[in-house]
Amino acid sequence: MNMRFASLRSLSFGVVTAVAMLAAAPAAFAQEGHGAPKPHRESWTFAGPFGKFDRAQVQRGFQVFREVCSSCHAAHLFAFRNLAQPGGPEFSEAQAKTVAEAYKVQDGPNDAGDMFERPGRLSDHWPSPFPNEQAARASNGGAYPPDFSVLAKARTYEVGFPGFLIDIVRQYQEQGPDYIHALLNGYKDAPEGVTVPEGAYYNEYFPGHAIKMPPPLSADQVTYTDGTPQTVDQYSRDVTAFMMWLAEPHLEERKRIGFQVMIFLIVFAGLLYFTKKKVWKSVH
Amino acid sequence: MSGHATFEPKNPALKWFESRLPLVGLLHSSFVAYPTPRNLNYWWTFGGILSLMLVCQILSGVVLVMHYTPHVTLAFDSVEHIMRDVSYGWLLRYIHANGASMFFIAVYIHMFRGLYYGSYKAPREVLWILGVIIYLLMMATGFMGYVLPWGQMSFWGATVITNLFSAFPVVGPTIVEWLWGGFAVDNPTLNRFFSLHYLLPFMIAGVVILHVWALHVVGQNNPTGVEPKTPKDTVPFTPYATIKDGFAMVCFLLFFAWFVFYIPNYLGHADNYIPANPLVTPAHIVPEWYYLPFYAMLRSVPDKLGGVLTMFGAIIVLFFVPWLDTSKVRSAAYRPLFRQFFWIWVAVCIGLGWLGSKPAEGGYVIAGRILTIWYFAHFLIILPLLGLFEKPRQVPASITEAVLGKTKSA
Amino acid sequence: MASTETAETTRRDFLYIATGAVGAVGAAALVWPFISQLQPDASVLALSSTEVDLTQVAEGQIITVKWRGKPVFVWNRTPDDIAKAKSVQLSQLIDPVARNANLPADAPATDANRAAADREKWLVVIGICTHLGCVPIGHSGEYDGWFCPCHGSEYDSAGRVRRGPAPENLAIPPYSFVSDTKISIG
Repeated sequence: MNMRFASLRSLSFGVVTAVAMLAAAPAAFAQEGHGAPKPHRESWTFAGPFGKFDRAQVQRGFQVFREVCSSCHAAHLFAFRNLAQPGGPEFSEAQAKTVAEAYKVQDGPNDAGDMFERPGRLSDHWPSPFPNEQAARASNGGAYPPDFSVLAKARTYEVGFPGFLIDIVRQYQEQGPDYIHALLNGYKDAPEGVTVPEGAYYNEYFPGHAIKMPPPLSADQVTYTDGTPQTVDQYSRDVTAFMMWLAEPHLEERKRIGFQVMIFLIVFAGLLYFTKKKVWKSVH
Repeated sequence: MSGHATFEPKNPALKWFESRLPLVGLLHSSFVAYPTPRNLNYWWTFGGILSLMLVCQILSGVVLVMHYTPHVTLAFDSVEHIMRDVSYGWLLRYIHANGASMFFIAVYIHMFRGLYYGSYKAPREVLWILGVIIYLLMMATGFMGYVLPWGQMSFWGATVITNLFSAFPVVGPTIVEWLWGGFAVDNPTLNRFFSLHYLLPFMIAGVVILHVWALHVVGQNNPTGVEPKTPKDTVPFTPYATIKDGFAMVCFLLFFAWFVFYIPNYLGHADNYIPANPLVTPAHIVPEWYYLPFYAMLRSVPDKLGGVLTMFGAIIVLFFVPWLDTSKVRSAAYRPLFRQFFWIWVAVCIGLGWLGSKPAEGGYVIAGRILTIWYFAHFLIILPLLGLFEKPRQVPASITEAVLGKTKSA
Repeated sequence: MASTETAETTRRDFLYIATGAVGAVGAAALVWPFISQLQPDASVLALSSTEVDLTQVAEGQIITVKWRGKPVFVWNRTPDDIAKAKSVQLSQLIDPVARNANLPADAPATDANRAAADREKWLVVIGICTHLGCVPIGHSGEYDGWFCPCHGSEYDSAGRVRRGPAPENLAIPPYSFVSDTKISIG
């Protein structure tokens, strides 16, 4: 008894240093920089252990991407065939073909040695709006519109203590979508005393607040055919869901297999536990 | 130490083979008849878990290489190609990426266990040193592996870590250029890191064999720190240790699977999904979590060479632990003072890890300095002095006595 | 005493067998992703069609185009080539099956079944010797078709094997005419 007490006490004594700092640090030490508020945690259909994409939402998100975002943002890992694969917007193959054929894709060289353009095929990737980064910067006031391919996984915000530990248990990994949604809704008039440079816009959630992208979405800009409200908030949710799928196209498969694996491992661990008890019975 | 049956084949074919190469006999004596102390707790299962992780990393790595392209213009996209197009590629890559973290979690528990129960003390010094070598090789392997996806963190991690060597006077800059194969981290760097990342795990496997060999020469330590004296103190490795290790491995796999399937990017950095850009450094660059304590030590010294030496020193000091600890008693179970200092030291390591993830400014740096000093003081001052001044409790006469005593009082 | 021991033994055996069986199932399931990753990936499967402009192929000429990483021969045959191919009896052939992906698997290897449908001067075959995968040389050999330099197999002007060791006629890929002067392979 005494021994256990001693070890507990020493443990707590030792941990005190670390915990005290963990708790006190953000207030006492840190000069946490830019005053950007934390993006709000949205409820995404693809979050959690049984998360799935909402097909209709990803389809609408694709529509927003196609009609709005893709005029500046590339998505070079996105192939037309992805539109028809399971676990995403799940368009029919014919629909995906129709989308592909609406785009001109460069091919070649032909036998004369020239490059030529032809209608897109399912195997083609989404054509980029600009031939290279320099051209993209030149057309966008010096800023490079980031590629959408894995953007939803390339953005995050700091969760802090103890949230970052709780997220392990909660399986929360949607910081990227939260941030993108917040950014798309984060355009505001600059607060007093803050001057935004020429050609930039004030955005609450953008690091440094001065973003070169003009507010990209406005109400009724994209016409939905399924009666979904045509608001900036809805557009931003839909396009964010699409971007998450684009960044993690096997998310549904991953979670489905994950559940099977967890069940298997729990059963197997249980059997091993009882086997172990049986084996060790003669020793104890 | 003996007392359990040795291997004698009955089958004539096996007999013929054994008289020419006693392979099955070797396996039998190493993994079947090998006597293990009967009182090992679950902290002792991490050796087996580590072997499992090594195999897991080598297998998943070998298949990932079948689809990966080590070239600066293609590396990032080829990793995404694995994630998108290769059949089960996402699974293999997430297993490999998270497997590295799991490997380190297991190795840290394994090392902490060794430090707690005095497993480094005579006659196990060589065993311990081989373990530290494995740990060093793991750090090198993990670092070079993180460079391969060629994202922003890959690139800037490689830049910062290779620049460490520039701190050495006179030869430093040349060493760095030779590491790079150029004047910055670039394609030659990626290619050689890829080559070494493939090579080092097999070197780890080689040292693991030596580690296990050394273990089987001196025998396992146990929670009492008392050597087994009679056959009653031990049980044969199979089935007792195998089934226990198996159960622990599956529990560990549950933890592993949680990350792989549900939060596969939790332990990585979002910035590494941005392709490497040699012209822009991300706002906060941090190494993988398993290097954070050393990173904090590096930053807490205001001198470049001093910081680098401190960081390497933090690992070098581990080699000398068998001689720095002067106590005659092995296990912390019978060392009340040491036990307290051990847990303080664990907290210091965790604190350093947390500081490593914070920006190097203000109070973080001061806290980092205090903890760094404590880290070294633990090995260089506390351990030698404790052996002289601490009054250990009565150590049991034998393992059996300790086990039966516990059973009686329970 | 004896009976309890037996009952215990049975229960223990069952537990051991169940644990072992579940472990074996798990190991087998784990192996699958490692095997499955070997198959052609989604991007390779998607790259399935190649278009060929036929106006560039003069009469008597054979051109080589690449489809799925393999050479495909497109031959604008002369009337003489066609006549020779037609004169061959099925009984003279080593492989009497057409091997034409556009026809049923058991179609006989007549010249009509080998040449393009309704456009008999066009012969489209995969340029891989059916023996061990070398690329045969056009307009050569005793049968005025292809001659494989690796092991001496010979093909006639309909791409049918006439002398071993190759066992089968040159395979015909799936293709169709998108216009009079253009075919799409795959």
